[in-house]
Amino acid sequence: MTNLNQDTELLRFTTAGSVDDGKSTLIGRLLYDSKSIFEDQYEQIKATSEKRGEEGVNLALLTDGLKSEREQGITIDVAYRYFATPKRKFIIADTPGHIQYTRNMVTGASTANVALILIDARNGIVEQTRRHSFISSLLQIPHLVVCVNKMDLVDYSEEVYENIKDEFSNFSNKLDVKDIHFIPISALKGDNVVDRSKNMEWYDGQTLMHYLENVHIGSDHNFIDCRFPVQHVIRPYTDEFHDYRGYAGRVAGGTFKKGDEIMLLPSGFKSKIAKIDSYDGELSEAFPPMSVTMLLEDDFDLSRGNMIVRPNNQPDVTQDIEAMICWFNEKPMQFPRGKYKLKHTTQEVRCIVKELRYVLDINTLSRNQEDKSVDMNDIARVALRTTAPLFIDEYRKNRITGSFILIDEGTNNTVAAGMII
Amino acid sequence: MMNYNISHLKELEAESIYVLREVANQFENPVLMFSGGKDSILMVHLAVKAFYPAKIPFPLLHVDTGHNFPETIEFRDNLVNRIGAKLIVGSVQEAIDNGMVHEEKGFNASRNGLQTAVLLDSLEKGKYDAALGGARRDEEKARAKERFFSHRDEFGQWDPKNQRPELWNLFNGQKHFGEHFRVFPISNWTELDVWQYLAYEKVELPSLYYAHKRNVFERDGVLLAETPIIQRRDTEQVIEKNVRCRTIGDMTCTGVWESDADTIEKIIQEVSTTRMTERGGRTDDKRSETSMEDRKKQGYF
Repeated sequence: MTNLNQDTELLRFTTAGSVDDGKSTLIGRLLYDSKSIFEDQYEQIKATSEKRGEEGVNLALLTDGLKSEREQGITIDVAYRYFATPKRKFIIADTPGHIQYTRNMVTGASTANVALILIDARNGIVEQTRRHSFISSLLQIPHLVVCVNKMDLVDYSEEVYENIKDEFSNFSNKLDVKDIHFIPISALKGDNVVDRSKNMEWYDGQTLMHYLENVHIGSDHNFIDCRFPVQHVIRPYTDEFHDYRGYAGRVAGGTFKKGDEIMLLPSGFKSKIAKIDSYDGELSEAFPPMSVTMLLEDDFDLSRGNMIVRPNNQPDVTQDIEAMICWFNEKPMQFPRGKYKLKHTTQEVRCIVKELRYVLDINTLSRNQEDKSVDMNDIARVALRTTAPLFIDEYRKNRITGSFILIDEGTNNTVAAGMII
Repeated sequence: MMNYNISHLKELEAESIYVLREVANQFENPVLMFSGGKDSILMVHLAVKAFYPAKIPFPLLHVDTGHNFPETIEFRDNLVNRIGAKLIVGSVQEAIDNGMVHEEKGFNASRNGLQTAVLLDSLEKGKYDAALGGARRDEEKARAKERFFSHRDEFGQWDPKNQRPELWNLFNGQKHFGEHFRVFPISNWTELDVWQYLAYEKVELPSLYYAHKRNVFERDGVLLAETPIIQRRDTEQVIEKNVRCRTIGDMTCTGVWESDADTIEKIIQEVSTTRMTERGGRTDDKRSETSMEDRKKQGYF
């Protein structure tokens, strides 16, 4: 953890799986080998392991934070873990892999750059592998790394590894994944995790850590289509800044520069960027994921929920949304004519479920058009109609302007996540 | 195409500023919980940046146990003056005096538990609907599962098994009357990130964080500052040592560390090579394995 460099990149990755496939051991090893486990933490889980009469130190205890999880020995919620190497800082969204926790997997996947898929070399591809891979593709995680784990238990066999690789490649052809990488590892013995394995001379690829430190994530954001959702209007009303009217927000796409011709949505008025401001002074340009403040040459009354775009590259402005949704709540989706609050970028509207096109079986990837009920953890394609126009892009093009959540107006719970098609 | 990259510290900053601006827009009456520690100093710094050149659109709330280090109070008052913020103080001493809470007795007596009642009382009195806190997920295992926007019922309780899913950068702050939210904009920062950023931004910090000479004594493997408010056993001898605080809480429960780190660069060096967690010196966390989860459920920070 000797990381004094302030210019390291941030990489977020997600893992999913059960205790048995070695996920906790792998995370434990990444944390341990990057010296991110502290002595007192280690002593504490060692003591707990001994108290429970377990053999050795159970590294899963590091990731299972809640009392009920420790009692049941399973991960229920998304747990966030942190470690850093001199090259990068990592955030792991560690999620349970069982079907009843699909919603947790979706949550963890929503912000990830990389999905780490674990396969037990003895079992090959199982239902859980398919589910996690599909969710990674649905949530458009840019990079997928498939770790064939427990290679020590199959005599480090190249043939076993190659077979699994072929099988996975056949299956992943049906998925929308841009970048897949395979690594044979043993999390328990440490083969190809941080250090190169001496037991698999036939493998000449990268170790997992090398991959995580070097995978190119510089183009994971959309730097082409300029989108700036207005989040907050800054009006200081002080003598010094009497006429200051700044539009604060986080760049959702593209690059903005001073002098750029821009268009405002929904009004359609055009203006130019007078200044990109911040506490640290004027910025020459702004791009995702920066939080900045824009000042315009003309005086318009923009408010939260409006969007600044380029006149020659506009999002769809529409009240009709086609989307894949993942249902999160015990109360099934109300259909027909269910009404929900919808949050998209900094806009908040109401919507009605107009059509339920199909419910997807995520194990077989088959579409069920007869099923008219969307229950917890279901993934479905729906058509929504909103009370006011949204400024949307396809989720495939932009994970920020292409995503939304649905909120139950009675309970205020977040009941679904949506990816716009 | 050009490669657009920002450093992890800048990305964390952008994320926190985004969350702070969401709070200003999604809630009517937010408040920033200020403890005087480095994390809440960071929070104030980020809030100043988020709303610049306007002032921070919410007051600071300090729950004063009466057991703070004097340096903390002095630093707090200077900071509040400099940024022109409004400060609200919830006093544990007052709550003890008027019988709202009862003081613990004995050697390990701490007012830590009493803070929760005073905090909830202060939130209720001010009708605050969002309380911003500087908790981080890397601090403690129960906090690793905390959301950015954390819902609290009308009793201020946290229900860890029934948390709202949080996706992308869409935060759901919807609530019923009488409920409130705890919001944690620096959830994704680690201790090292905080120090690196504070150094990079040249943020002023209380002198307690830097190594200094102080009279201390050892209890259960933790060094505590000598002060009249902690009752000492006869066997606990006072010695002068070079120490610094890694976290700042009450004098009764904040352990000090032997250290020669008297500059922020040396602190970063120390933090990046240390093998103990920063809360390892907090006796309030050591009461039981799930003491943080138990306290959080009741409405602790």
